[in-house]
Amino acid sequence: MEFAALSLYNQAIILFAALALFTSFIMLAQARMMPLIFTFAWQGLLLTVVSVLVAIASGHPQLHISAAITFCLKVVVIPYLLYRLSARLNMQYDAEVIEHPTLLLLGGVALVIFSYHVSQSIIHLSGLATRNTIAVSMAIELLGMLLMCARKSAVAQVIGFMSMESGIFFAAVVSTYGMPLIVELGLAFDILVASILFGVFFFHLRDSFGSLNVGQFNRLSEANQPMPSPEATEPSSGERS
Amino acid sequence: MDSQLTAWALAAAQALLFIASAPLLAGWLRRVKCHMQNRAAPALWQPYRDLAKLLKKRMLLADNASWLFRAVPYIVFSAMLLAAAVVPLVAVNLPSAAIADLIVLVGFFALARFFTALAALDIGTAFGGMGASREMMVAALAEPAMLMAVFTLSMTANTTNLSVATAYILQSGLVLRPSFLFALLALAMVAVAETSRIPVDNPATHLELTMLHEAMILEYGGRHLALIEWATQIKLMIYAVLIVDLFFPWGIATDFSAMVLAVGVVAVAAKLMLIAVLLVVWETVLAKMRLFRVPQFLGFSFMLSLLAMLTHVVLETGG
Amino acid sequence: MSGAMIKMGIYGMVRVSFDLIGEVRWEWGIVVLIVGTASSLLGVLYALMQHDLKRLLAYHSIENIGIILMGLGMSMIFLGSGHRMLGTLGLVAALYHTINHALFKGLLFLGAGAVLYRTHERDLDHMGGLIHRMPVTAFLFLVGSVAISALPPFNGFVSEWLTFQTALQAPALENGLLRAMIPIAAALLALTGALAAACFVKAFGIAFLGKPRSRRAARAREVPVGMLGGMGLLAALCLLLGVFPTTVIEAMAPITQLLVHESLPSAAAQGWLWLTPISPEVASYSAPFVVAAIIVVHGLGYLFLRRRAIPALRAYPWDCGFGHLTSRMQYTSTAFSQPIRRVFGGVWKVEERIDTLAGGGPIPRVTSLHYDLHTQDWSWLKIYLPIGRLVLAAANRIGFIQTGNIHTYLKFSFATLLAFLWIVS
Repeated sequence: MEFAALSLYNQAIILFAALALFTSFIMLAQARMMPLIFTFAWQGLLLTVVSVLVAIASGHPQLHISAAITFCLKVVVIPYLLYRLSARLNMQYDAEVIEHPTLLLLGGVALVIFSYHVSQSIIHLSGLATRNTIAVSMAIELLGMLLMCARKSAVAQVIGFMSMESGIFFAAVVSTYGMPLIVELGLAFDILVASILFGVFFFHLRDSFGSLNVGQFNRLSEANQPMPSPEATEPSSGERS
Repeated sequence: MDSQLTAWALAAAQALLFIASAPLLAGWLRRVKCHMQNRAAPALWQPYRDLAKLLKKRMLLADNASWLFRAVPYIVFSAMLLAAAVVPLVAVNLPSAAIADLIVLVGFFALARFFTALAALDIGTAFGGMGASREMMVAALAEPAMLMAVFTLSMTANTTNLSVATAYILQSGLVLRPSFLFALLALAMVAVAETSRIPVDNPATHLELTMLHEAMILEYGGRHLALIEWATQIKLMIYAVLIVDLFFPWGIATDFSAMVLAVGVVAVAAKLMLIAVLLVVWETVLAKMRLFRVPQFLGFSFMLSLLAMLTHVVLETGG
Repeated sequence: MSGAMIKMGIYGMVRVSFDLIGEVRWEWGIVVLIVGTASSLLGVLYALMQHDLKRLLAYHSIENIGIILMGLGMSMIFLGSGHRMLGTLGLVAALYHTINHALFKGLLFLGAGAVLYRTHERDLDHMGGLIHRMPVTAFLFLVGSVAISALPPFNGFVSEWLTFQTALQAPALENGLLRAMIPIAAALLALTGALAAACFVKAFGIAFLGKPRSRRAARAREVPVGMLGGMGLLAALCLLLGVFPTTVIEAMAPITQLLVHESLPSAAAQGWLWLTPISPEVASYSAPFVVAAIIVVHGLGYLFLRRRAIPALRAYPWDCGFGHLTSRMQYTSTAFSQPIRRVFGGVWKVEERIDTLAGGGPIPRVTSLHYDLHTQDWSWLKIYLPIGRLVLAAANRIGFIQTGNIHTYLKFSFATLLAFLWIVS
């Protein structure tokens, strides 16, 4: 289908989808904590805009509700929780060292191509004008997974996980005009609970490991006891009551 | 035959207008920058005075300068002249656009850069070598990003001819293409790097160690320096016009009646002034980066252009 | 040698895949394209690290074969998916680059030979300033450098431009994966071209420009006319093939006719002045105009600036106030490629060592500094050495059949003959 022939609404949907993909890449490259959280909030905002646009373009008013839920959760509540968490752990200005940033980004590009290739077989099942964005939503999911694989800090893991969820939601919106509302509500609630649980875990992790670096979790395994790393012996930097 | 002759005459006039107004853009840029930084601004035509002064000055050549050193300013200037002749400034559909397409345009820039770097090595000072080495690194990273962004546009318009591409974008009206957005950002970043502006290079610094482009032309003087400076100003204007043409072509003349051409001149002047203001804001808020941060900057721009290409393929075609 | 010998591989590939097998599959094209892209990028990166002029040129052969393979690969992809015209375009680009590479690589090797003949040096860091002592050789080597760096208006540019044009026709393909991958390969080709330009700024700039870095370089003389003549011929051909591409493509028509039963009539449809591979709306390039513009600017500059000006003054370059510049203060070839070495760090096996000798006395101060750098090719360590070891081990294993007894050998031959007869029947 010729892109220029689509209606402006559909063009805008595709534009914002591309921007959401772009924020996924930014998250992949962003080493500092605060901008990472902000980028995640931006992605949530873009998702909200996409669902509102889809709601208007397709005349499905219940999508407004899911847009509102997305806005509340992904733009306001979860970023705020994460921010407060990192502020309380005194790590909001931390930056982690990303190994091979260029390679990571190229890997992301490869994932986009891969998801495009995979989605080719399902795209023709959908008759919607925005069906090409299925590949983008799949790419957002995979990039979230890549973020979880590549990063060491636990906050980045959480953000990767949340952005995977965003990808799933996005796929639902653009391919079938949203999931049934009850499923969506349930999912949103799950995410909220998960984020609170993550917060609780963070504190426990820091107490027992002295670090939120998930690379150190292999100390849990008893099979090959590694040498205690220097971080473990040092008192953790941001001591809190 | 007669209409073809007029077209060629118009093309020549446009190229002359291009190279004649390039110092004006530089003067405007300087003026806006001074105003923004609360300094007293030089006159708008100060670049012309500088060029005239340099052209009249007696030449001073380093004792080790060879024939290559003396030929380079002319080669650089002719490469920029050719590039300027190709880019539609006021009107599209001029026959000169067929001399070279976008890829050849990149080739012209590469030609000018190649010879400037050689001239820098000719004298045998350390600064020249340093400038040449760094400039070639920056160029090596900027060129793929630029070509990738250009490829995205030309795949959309199915042409690499600049004039045809501009006309295509003009007649397709307002289309919200995500690929264009990314390509625009990538191209703007490359343009900043290639025209040696902050944060990649600082053309106004007095510290030779932080220079890239200026370090290469330290040994030039007199008319040679005038030609190279002029070529640099033309290059800046080419990038600005390129961005204007490819992303905001509205107002450019499509036929050759006097009225339409006048509108074209006014439109392009207004757009260039606006772009200059944006560039000044960008240069005022940013500081120059460390040299080895530049690869990251350009790597980001390459990623943007890759993303542009991918969104073009994934979202805008097929289905 | 380099110009002709390594083309045998290309010749073999073209003959086998286009001529003998006949039906071209696009899957092969992908493999060829990937191998070509990797080879061109790695070739130029390794070339950048060399300071031996001949080795540098040899690595550039790897790069150029990679570019040829990219053209061939795209040609196979297009032919295999039924786009005969575009396939022909890719084939023409590859063949054009094959000719070009033979010309400019021959020229550059002759130039390196001329330098070796007069200075007995192959190490770039022992040359320098040769443009003053050997001006004609320098000019001809410069022509070769510009041509191989794919800069207009020489021949290397035309074939790379054609390769780019082929890549830009990727939207014609049905397969989305290919549509996405071919432009990326083209961007890597752009990277290769820019790196090649950097490499030849280094090679020409360090060898011919600046001040002599050794006594031999300072005493070099111009080579005899015979040597210059050979180089001059190749340089002239480089320019001609760059300026009149339409003629060359027309001359190539019988070859493509033979191989894929197609030719490119559209390339020269607008007359000899305009090269339009697909159609004038899509892309065009006019090299004669480029040459004319450069000549006109030079002429105007001579008329209006040079003739009326006071003759130039010669002076020492600015040295920041510390005594005169010596040749040791110049950038060396290692220094020149340092930024690129740092950016693409993982590609080489780099061993860098700085030895400092501290002098005695109450305040320790450095009396001598020695910088040592080795860059090695991963492909040698990871591919060739293991294969070599494997072959050696295999040879040791089967060495026992070498008894030295003629009768044993005769029995082997007899058995082989019987076995073959059995297979054939």
